Amino acid sequence: MINRNRLFSGGLIDRNILIKFKFNGKPLQGYQGDTLASALLANDIHLVGRSFKYHRPRGILTSGSEEPNALVQLGKGAETEPNARATEIELYDGLEASSQNCWPSVNHDIGALNNLFSRILPAGFYYKTFMWPPSMWMFYEYFIRRAAGLGEAPKEKNPSRYEQKFFYCDVTVVGAGVNGLTAALTAARAGASVLLVDEKPELGGYLLNAKSRINNLDTKKWIKDTVKELMALENVTVLNRTAATGYYDYNYVTALQKITNHLPNSLSKQPRERFWRIRSKEVILAQGAFERPLVFSGNDRPGIMMASSAQTYVNQYGVLPGNAVTLFTNNDHAYSVAVDLISKGAKVIIVDIRSNISEKIRKLCEQNKIETYISHAVIKTDGSKKISSITVQELSEDKQSFVGEAVTIGTDLLLMSGGWNPAVQLFSQSRGKLKYDDQISSFIPDVLVDNQAVIGSNNGDFNLKQSLMSSYEAGLGAAHRTGNKQEVENFINDANEPIEFITAEVVPYVLGSKPVTHGSKHFIDFQNDVTAADIFLAQREGYVSVEHTKRYTTTGMATDQGKTSNVNALALMSHIQQKPVGDVGHTTFRPPYVPQTFGAIAGRNVDQYFDPQRLTAIHEWHIDNGAVFEDVGQWKRPYFYPKKVETMTEAVNRECIAARASVGILDASTLGKIDIQGPDAAKFLNLIYTNAWSKLEIGACRYGLMCNEHGMVFDDGVTTRLGENHYHMTTTTGGAARVMSWLEEFLQTEWLDMKVYCTSVTEQWTVLSICGPNSRKLLASLTEDDISNEELPYMRMKEAKVCGVDARIFRISFTGELSFEINVSARYGRYVWDKVIEAGKKFNITPYGTETMHVLRAEKGFIIVGQDTDGSATPSDLNMDWIVSKKKEDFLGKRSFLRPDTAKNGRKQLVGLLINDKKTVVPEGSHIVEEVSKQPPMKMEGHITSSYFSPTLGHPIAMAMLKNGKARNGDLVKIPLMNGKVVEATVTENVFYDKAGARQND
Amino acid sequence: MFVIKCPYCGERDQTEFSCHGESHIARPENPNEVGDVEWGKYLFFRSNPKGMHYERWTHDHGCRRWFNVQRHTVTDKIMQTYKMGQPKPKGIND
Repeated sequence: MINRNRLFSGGLIDRNILIKFKFNGKPLQGYQGDTLASALLANDIHLVGRSFKYHRPRGILTSGSEEPNALVQLGKGAETEPNARATEIELYDGLEASSQNCWPSVNHDIGALNNLFSRILPAGFYYKTFMWPPSMWMFYEYFIRRAAGLGEAPKEKNPSRYEQKFFYCDVTVVGAGVNGLTAALTAARAGASVLLVDEKPELGGYLLNAKSRINNLDTKKWIKDTVKELMALENVTVLNRTAATGYYDYNYVTALQKITNHLPNSLSKQPRERFWRIRSKEVILAQGAFERPLVFSGNDRPGIMMASSAQTYVNQYGVLPGNAVTLFTNNDHAYSVAVDLISKGAKVIIVDIRSNISEKIRKLCEQNKIETYISHAVIKTDGSKKISSITVQELSEDKQSFVGEAVTIGTDLLLMSGGWNPAVQLFSQSRGKLKYDDQISSFIPDVLVDNQAVIGSNNGDFNLKQSLMSSYEAGLGAAHRTGNKQEVENFINDANEPIEFITAEVVPYVLGSKPVTHGSKHFIDFQNDVTAADIFLAQREGYVSVEHTKRYTTTGMATDQGKTSNVNALALMSHIQQKPVGDVGHTTFRPPYVPQTFGAIAGRNVDQYFDPQRLTAIHEWHIDNGAVFEDVGQWKRPYFYPKKVETMTEAVNRECIAARASVGILDASTLGKIDIQGPDAAKFLNLIYTNAWSKLEIGACRYGLMCNEHGMVFDDGVTTRLGENHYHMTTTTGGAARVMSWLEEFLQTEWLDMKVYCTSVTEQWTVLSICGPNSRKLLASLTEDDISNEELPYMRMKEAKVCGVDARIFRISFTGELSFEINVSARYGRYVWDKVIEAGKKFNITPYGTETMHVLRAEKGFIIVGQDTDGSATPSDLNMDWIVSKKKEDFLGKRSFLRPDTAKNGRKQLVGLLINDKKTVVPEGSHIVEEVSKQPPMKMEGHITSSYFSPTLGHPIAMAMLKNGKARNGDLVKIPLMNGKVVEATVTENVFYDKAGARQND
Repeated sequence: MFVIKCPYCGERDQTEFSCHGESHIARPENPNEVGDVEWGKYLFFRSNPKGMHYERWTHDHGCRRWFNVQRHTVTDKIMQTYKMGQPKPKGIND
């Protein structure tokens, strides 16, 4: 046999397939079917890692997803996975894993010095010690985080692919133990579509390892037959290696399926994991129960393990983790483990804390020659990197004191059995209510939510035959409620277990050789290093509520979410507070049930798929012509077009000057466009915009401001009347969707009788905006229609053919120049653009981006909603009273202009600023202060909203929202900068260039 | 995550919808005749009950229609959905 602790036969491993792997660099061997934990135990490696806080040596405690100790760093480089549970990692050829939280090695760990100082490192230590002075926290934190910790996250980008799947079915069964299998098969036979998920590779659950019988068959055989039938049914989906991670409203269950994690090096084309989003009409929870540790002194050494897990290692993996075994128990169940171990050649001693054991158990011990210490406790354990001996002493009747002498017994494996905790996490997430059950001393489901069932030990039901009957009923009920009414005969005739778990006698903590609060280490939460003493401390210091105790001590807050520790912590709190556990309560269970990969939650929504990108029809041209892009909402817009050696400033200056001197061209396709039709369209626009729309002629354009009901500006744009009942509205690029929803909201919820239809046409049109003194000449060379100032004056629209393509030409201007916005069908957008560029060459046509657009409009004092406004500015605040109708009865926002706060004096108002030094471009967002002092705080009276160098004017210009700004023309204001300098500026009106508007009207 | 029955499309996942707060808050017919207190109530005051709540939802990634939802804020159970313009149903726990 290649492994020291491997049995010659038995288990579900394949002894013909040898697997090579490395742990901490050491080459080792295991078999197909092993987990990393079983292979390590087979190689007699118990020391796997160091604990979180005290760096104590830790081994393998369990055999499942509840494992708190055996966390390893799996793999290397970009694919490395921290905090992987060795008990869940399936062994594959070439696997490499290493211990975490130790330096230089797990055997010689410097951090273990923490253990020597553990008396001064109790719960709350960091809060109490490192909070002063506050400025030093950042410094302390660095060292604390280094000293206490888990694995390391990869620094590279995750190379794996993750998928997601939405799934709908009648019945979802979580857990494929014998009860889950029974419920799933019953529901399936009744005709329901069934999804069965189980986190293990092998279906069957715990009874794969036990010597029980169902229908007079060995359970393994019964499981095999049942799984076979389920797999063959077309209405059943079976997912192994799939952990249900969350259970939300309306039977929405999420599950993480591991697809290639167990395969050597992911050369596979398959995704690594798939995240399932399951919506099912009925959910049946059959997740089983976790065995509970006992709280005694030194209960955390390597070589101390849960009894049921040892049974799993023996029966499923053919590994006997120790030869001189001691079982420490408070219930009958452990005795069946003892029998299994003895049959494999181990020597077993049982220490039972109970005062009496039943006649049946006594006989079993006699038959199997098990040495028992009844009414005894393990009070001390020894051994440095693995357990070597224990000390046992008899307890008094009330378990509060010792009787007799302490005995030391050599042992190389100590098993704990403290009873069972139903895995109620998912049930509780679904808002099911729990109650404390005195018989099993744990929480069980009490009040179910709709369309749900909990079965088997998950429901606190540990009698095999009885629970299988209930599972049949649950499966049938779920099928019937989802309309699947086929008759299904009860196929469970008989079932029995050699020894049942009936009741556990809970002792909140076992007396040790030292008092529990003085230096002994009775661990409750292994992963977060929380001891019984910490729970005592929290109660003493007033953190008596369960939520406070949890946060103060951090019990149950590690990556295992307290699966093995929570109930023990509650039992101890109950003992200290002298009230029933049910009254202590429990903390809220939250998803995920087991750690869940971020990559799987994101699925394919990464990189360019994280958020949709919207591209105009001209996008490729922009790329070819060296555009630097800017994100505006989801749109990619050209920011500026630098020539080879140009800086951004140089490029923008050149673009600005070209646009004012000859012709500039802007891709304005991203502007929001809404087609509005219907007999009530004018009436509707009158209510939506602040100005009047009734008299707008067909073919005329008008600028409008929209306010919300608070009277605050929230979008602007030009709307054109195309026909009697037909309008074309434009909005800001970023506000398009918001405006569309706003229009629909009022049409659908307030003015239901209005006949108006709104359609988003943003992407249907390509908009080429050409501006500059030569723009008319350029356009005239591309159209045969008359576009003279008489035929197409400022703020008019004309339908014409441009380059032979149907177009709407709008004479509107955002730059203050003579300007034409040519709208053509997006299908012809690029064609027309190319023609315009070609024809424009003789005018030195210059493409410009959003930055130049911003500079040009700022020179004209045009606002950008969302930059110069922030949702707290009225039209009046923006110096735009001219656009607010005095005559209209009503429009959205009007009434709020009269609210005292909106109408008061001294509001922030839009002003222009001229920087006195004529060279500093003040950063946008800078504060204007009343008086400059050496240090903040300074009394703020406004802020800069727009700030640029104006190439046209040759000096910087800025706009600002300034307290009482309208009345402060000519005032000097002070703007302190981050670098300590103070800039002085003069308040002016916000139109800096061509105040009369001669250029655009030309 | 809820399953919501759109009155126009039928049952869909919550991800297709968005919620827009309390329903049945009518915009005053003549805002000019309404005093500041009443206008303030229309703008800012919502009932925020522990129990039955009547709220507006839109089926954004579907028919884009607005409709009403009667939901219990403690259990998150949706009692019914109904079209805009229909009167507020009488709930047991109002």
